[in-house]
Amino acid sequence: MKLFSLILGLLLSLTSTHAAINVNGAGASFPYPIYSKWFAEYEKSNKEVRFNYQAIGSGGGIRQLLKQTVDFGASDAPMKDKDMKKAAWPIHHIPTVLGAVAISYNVKGLDAGLKLDGTTLANMFMGKITKWNDAAIKKLNPNMSLPNKDILVVRRADGSGTTAVLSDYLSTVSSDFQKKMGRGKSLRWPTGIGAKGNDGVTNMIKQTDGAVGYIELAYAVKNNLSTVALKNKAGEFVAPSTDGVSRSAATLKDFNGDLRVSIVDAAGSGVYPISAFTYILLPVDSKNKKLVEVKKFLRWALSTGQDMAEELHYAPLPKKLVKALEGKIQ
Amino acid sequence: MENVVNHSSNTKPTPSSSPSGGPKGGFFSLKNQDKLHLTAIKSLAVFVIGLLITLLILLLKQAWPAVTEFGVEFITSDWWNPVEDQFGGLSFIVGTVLTSIIAIIIAAPVSIGVALLMTEVLPERAGKTIGLFVEMIAAIPSIVFGLWGLFYLAPFVRETLTPIIKSTLGFIPFFNGPSFGIGVLTASLILAIMIIPTITSLCREVFRSVPTLQREAALGLGSTRWEMIRLAVIKPSFSGIMGGIVLGLGRALGETMAVAMVIGNQPEIPKSIFSSAATMASVIANEYAEADSDLHVSALCLVGILLFGVTLIANAIARLIVWNYNRKQQG
Amino acid sequence: MNYYTWRKAKNYFFHSLLSISAVLVLIPLFLVVAYVVYKGISGLSLDFFFNTPKPVGEVGGGMVHAIMGTLYLVALGSLIAVPIGVVCGTFLSEFGDGKIAKSLRVAIDLLTGVPSIVIGIFAYILIVIPFKGFSALAGGIALSLIILPIVTRSTEEILKLVPQHIKEAGLALGLPRWKVTYFIVVKGNLKAILTGVILAISRAAGETAPLLFTAFGNRYVSTELLSPMASLPVQIYNYSISPFDDWQAQAWTGAFVLIFLILGINLTCRTFLNRKKILEKVTRQK
Repeated sequence: MKLFSLILGLLLSLTSTHAAINVNGAGASFPYPIYSKWFAEYEKSNKEVRFNYQAIGSGGGIRQLLKQTVDFGASDAPMKDKDMKKAAWPIHHIPTVLGAVAISYNVKGLDAGLKLDGTTLANMFMGKITKWNDAAIKKLNPNMSLPNKDILVVRRADGSGTTAVLSDYLSTVSSDFQKKMGRGKSLRWPTGIGAKGNDGVTNMIKQTDGAVGYIELAYAVKNNLSTVALKNKAGEFVAPSTDGVSRSAATLKDFNGDLRVSIVDAAGSGVYPISAFTYILLPVDSKNKKLVEVKKFLRWALSTGQDMAEELHYAPLPKKLVKALEGKIQ
Repeated sequence: MENVVNHSSNTKPTPSSSPSGGPKGGFFSLKNQDKLHLTAIKSLAVFVIGLLITLLILLLKQAWPAVTEFGVEFITSDWWNPVEDQFGGLSFIVGTVLTSIIAIIIAAPVSIGVALLMTEVLPERAGKTIGLFVEMIAAIPSIVFGLWGLFYLAPFVRETLTPIIKSTLGFIPFFNGPSFGIGVLTASLILAIMIIPTITSLCREVFRSVPTLQREAALGLGSTRWEMIRLAVIKPSFSGIMGGIVLGLGRALGETMAVAMVIGNQPEIPKSIFSSAATMASVIANEYAEADSDLHVSALCLVGILLFGVTLIANAIARLIVWNYNRKQQG
Repeated sequence: MNYYTWRKAKNYFFHSLLSISAVLVLIPLFLVVAYVVYKGISGLSLDFFFNTPKPVGEVGGGMVHAIMGTLYLVALGSLIAVPIGVVCGTFLSEFGDGKIAKSLRVAIDLLTGVPSIVIGIFAYILIVIPFKGFSALAGGIALSLIILPIVTRSTEEILKLVPQHIKEAGLALGLPRWKVTYFIVVKGNLKAILTGVILAISRAAGETAPLLFTAFGNRYVSTELLSPMASLPVQIYNYSISPFDDWQAQAWTGAFVLIFLILGINLTCRTFLNRKKILEKVTRQK
């Protein structure tokens, strides 16, 4: 017993050395690579504040924000009106960057540069196409050698904004998908295995021969995973890139209204069809003094932070949008 | 002894032994001291009991919306669909029971064998050393088993074990199908390893309680060592062994992390031993902090209660068997 | 083959089966430990023990926050559970006949059977929601609910072994019963009780599931009771499912440290406090 109290005492005595403001956030794993970089950089010049962001998934971010267990949330799927009503205060959606949901695969004997269209992809994720050498895939890739292997769909096991964005896209391009699966942060998948977070899905794809899954572009690039070039509205096959995302964002015209918008399957040349904003969910709660720090950070993220996006494989926000946002977070 | 007593009365001038109360009469009389003490620890006991009751009530309260919404259908339907707010937990129940039973089928013979080896064959020293190793397995945290399972066992199952099983038992549909290393089989193997210590240590106790006289009688009649083990050790301890196995089952049912990492988290009744599935514990670990709708949270809580119930039943059966066995031993 | 040789052959056959079963048990143990040591030992560095994590995908950083967090959470859990557990165990062994004692015994049995993930849910509803935040307190309470039944039962079993005449000798000296209980019965068996306590703590130290949505996680060394706190098992979990090689390597090193910590506690306990009867009683509880 003495030992424990000694340890505890020792630990407690350490408390006095740090008197930082601890801000707790939780949510999407989609922007986690850039957020963790941002926080690290931001803290270099703002030593008095510490951001503890846990990437538990967009669903978790929204739920924990509503339960008031965190100071701010983060999500790539905008909150539904129904959920907004449940909150104790109004909640602002502040877009921070844009990202692409990349369809990544790991199949021995299958080179990079696989081409797919929305319907085929939907059929793969619905378990209707079960082999890598299926006729539908062959038709889109006449010059590739496709192995006779089972397809393993790797998807999210937790409530995820990445899933929401993907299902938004697939429901847009395939009525079958819309009918059977619908749009949402968690779906009822008829096939495959579930993994936790963008992390977990990436890891599972990396480990398993025959796997295909959907992850944020940064995860695919950093782990050298092959990505699928998707057919966009203009009929071009476009591999995921920050440029393709920026072109999707360019189709957005109204920057002052509700920012809970979908930009999947946008029209235009060079557009990557599964692009999305990712948001910080900022409650309007004057009692929580920590939110001042969050706002300060957001202003930094919208200015200095935007310059880091490109090298971390995210697309910076359109300039006009940044302007409009600056007013919102004063 | 005297030393201890002196020591205690010198160094502990608690209020109850203060000069105001002598050994006879007064508020701090011996009798009152004991009464006071008893009341104090009884209230502590009541507090602990109350804690458990609170636990059950809080869980029930959160699970109640799901109970009223789905009723019995919750355990007969395997339709788990967060988009439509439809929840049925059958696939998780099947996943949990299936993985646990496969684990038992693998672990039970091995554990009994090891326990026999330790008590009947090896010299005491060597038996103890093996016993220590088995206890070490129990001490390894489940997250470490999960880590190992994900990076070592899953590829092993995919590349080595699957072809073997498919070529021998593949004609049965349950042993055939696509295998990616993540699924029921890997989870069951991990569980088997984790419950071996539980079964082994109980079997060892049971075998030890067999009177030596019985063994000697068997040997004296000219039986071989194995015949002696079969007749004089295994046969009379049969129900004790069963108790150990069911206790192991109880442990397997509630295991969370190691299983969640290797089972694939697919809310579906598994079609084959290789397919991915989900267990009650794994779905809670994955979805509880992240669920959006209140009904989803409530359904997860109900899954938790069901899990508690299933484990409880397994433990109760184990206890009943062991209790019966002990009574027979004594009577 | 005559009957005698047949019996002998059978004898050999089953003996070898038993030996094989021992090998089957030892192989996974060996593989797990060897793999963890092999993968984990290379990551041991000063960085690992004294640094907090780097941003995603960047090489370097360590797990000091998680190591400290685990120590803090386990200490907190023990501080809550051990005194209550020892007193409850004493109550059950010394005054174990009444109605309250019987219900307590049932409650402790039930508590032993509650799956650790369900304990996590409980602590979430009980602490996290009312206090509006994930916290070390919630994690500590979750762990204490795991420690409590183990300590109670091991204490009870140990104290039941104390011969009646010792208690009678104490009472005959004119001591009140509570003094006999604590200063003769409990004190005389303190070492044995401590063994049970340490084994319970070493189990709690490896638990992940109850901490997932209670203590949550933290990127920093935190010592605040009401802030989220990292822990070694949860950090290992997060890193092990991540795709980044450096994080996976750190997960292995974390596992190495965790195993080293727990097996270390266990083995020390077994060698230094090796009193045969006690250990048997204590380990039977598991």
